[in-house]
Amino acid sequence: MVRPQFTVAVAQISPRLGDVDANLAMYEERVRAARAAGAALVVFPELSLTGYFLKDMVSTVALRLDAPEVNRLRALSRGGALLAGLVEETPDYRFYNSAVYFEDGEITAVHRKVYLPTYGLFDEGRYFARGECLRAFDTQLGRAATLICEDMWHPSTVYVAALDGALTVFCPSTSPLRGISDGQEQDNNARYWELLNATYAQTFSLFIVYANRVGFEDGVGFWGGSEIVDPNGARLAKAKYYEEDLIVAEINLKHARRQRVASPLLRDENVDLTINELLRIRGRELEAAARAAALQPAGSPPHGQVVGGAAASQGKRPRGARHVGRQR
Amino acid sequence: MVAAGRDGRPGIPTNPPLIRRILTAFIANEVRKVGVERVVVGLSGGVDSALSAMLAAEALGPTNVLAIKMPYRLSSAESLSHADQVIERARIESLQVDITPQIDAYFARFPDADNMRRGNKMARERMTILYDHSARWKALVLGTSNKTELLLGYGTLYGDMASALNPLGDLYKTQVWALADAVGVPDAIVHKQPSADLWAGQTDEAELGFGYREVDALLYMMVDLRYSRAELHAAGFSEAFVRRVGDMVRNSQFKRRLPVIAKISNRTIDRDFRYARDWGR
Repeated sequence: MVRPQFTVAVAQISPRLGDVDANLAMYEERVRAARAAGAALVVFPELSLTGYFLKDMVSTVALRLDAPEVNRLRALSRGGALLAGLVEETPDYRFYNSAVYFEDGEITAVHRKVYLPTYGLFDEGRYFARGECLRAFDTQLGRAATLICEDMWHPSTVYVAALDGALTVFCPSTSPLRGISDGQEQDNNARYWELLNATYAQTFSLFIVYANRVGFEDGVGFWGGSEIVDPNGARLAKAKYYEEDLIVAEINLKHARRQRVASPLLRDENVDLTINELLRIRGRELEAAARAAALQPAGSPPHGQVVGGAAASQGKRPRGARHVGRQR
Repeated sequence: MVAAGRDGRPGIPTNPPLIRRILTAFIANEVRKVGVERVVVGLSGGVDSALSAMLAAEALGPTNVLAIKMPYRLSSAESLSHADQVIERARIESLQVDITPQIDAYFARFPDADNMRRGNKMARERMTILYDHSARWKALVLGTSNKTELLLGYGTLYGDMASALNPLGDLYKTQVWALADAVGVPDAIVHKQPSADLWAGQTDEAELGFGYREVDALLYMMVDLRYSRAELHAAGFSEAFVRRVGDMVRNSQFKRRLPVIAKISNRTIDRDFRYARDWGR
């Protein structure tokens, strides 16, 4: 049974790098404070159970979903819900940057970060396996989706989440401050995120709960500025920049209804058009690759086989290129 | 995001209130998380160390900042007086250690040493004093090197470049001046000619052969904005200047890395043995 109206809190904390026990204690204290403020759901930042610049510590702080620490989170979620950020270890020893949604003592959903930034100051692709799913999930507080930090910088993910029925997108983040401009209260990265959250919330007429952290690791600071944005793009709550905070806001899913009645962008979305064009573009890329492979000198293809070349020369469409919707 | 400067080039952003907020939070966080409350800083009378010291006083409280003045007999009297102005204004702790005896004793043995060797020896002697007092006082050594001198390699390896944490390392000299002005570093210090004061009459800009504002404009475009050589020429920087500065940056890269270690094992320090300085903090 879905509660259409509920209070959500964001715990903007400063985790200790590599110290899961200390961070678990922080979680427990923040959940107590948030419950006292009436929150049904408490959202924590990305990797807030472990810290961010883990480097070779990833395998040390990783947790299987049946670990005692994760059981503490199950217990902590009793009577409500919480979204935790941690390093997930699978039974076959892969490590994911994961956000786990707990509801009343059980795990409802796990999102594994799909876009791992590995450029500039980021090095996630070195340590983490890439998530392979984008799925909305049903909760007592409505249908929602989780996207972790960089995931949200790819509009495709929010698009998929919205089409999959999410009315709320949780975005646990661990976003570093960087770039300054004259006369601006916050750094440039913070401002970019704020524009993104407002635009996505309006474009897809849904709620966004953006949970960032603060503190420093090796001189890199995190800008905080967590926020809860409604389907009009308006901010329901805003946390301090660069300082710890706890923000609380009431989410009323009926506001999404009102927005979608006034502005039925999602209803009008032609998903077949998108799929067809993407398949066309992808097919073009695959054909170009196949042509290039087919032009290789005779007797020297890698592994004795030219992948895709045979199909191209027979004039067939590359595997996977189906046309959807009505045939033209 | 990038404002155009007077000459149409992208201007270096300054935003003193934001940078001040971030740097004071940085100092408080990175000092306290290792279980320490205090810093020591070498106060030369120049704008960089003055700014560093004043930011630390704001972040940790003035009684938690120890400024050490370390003059040599050839240091200018003005430098010492400027350092005293900072100490008074910021109300920080201070100490003076004259390095003349130990420097002169050493060079009595090697009297033909040139100015560069003498300057480097003084810089490294100051470093050893700071580190000794950081142990004595249970404090961290606070750095003062700015981004301009770090990129150009205009600093002494294991001398003034050595520190536990450096709040100014990502600020160009231009930004240091703007921030120093906003934070309340005495005017005389903000507006004087930068000098390492290692020999009489030395000034940075005469030694480098160009002005800080000029090279900052170039470095900002070259490094921060990743402009190509062709784009830099189009922006009005001479080929010779671009080449010279580019060479200085490249040739000083060794100063910005740990010593080169020969790889033998499967897991080598700083290559495949990778942990944050804030490991477990």
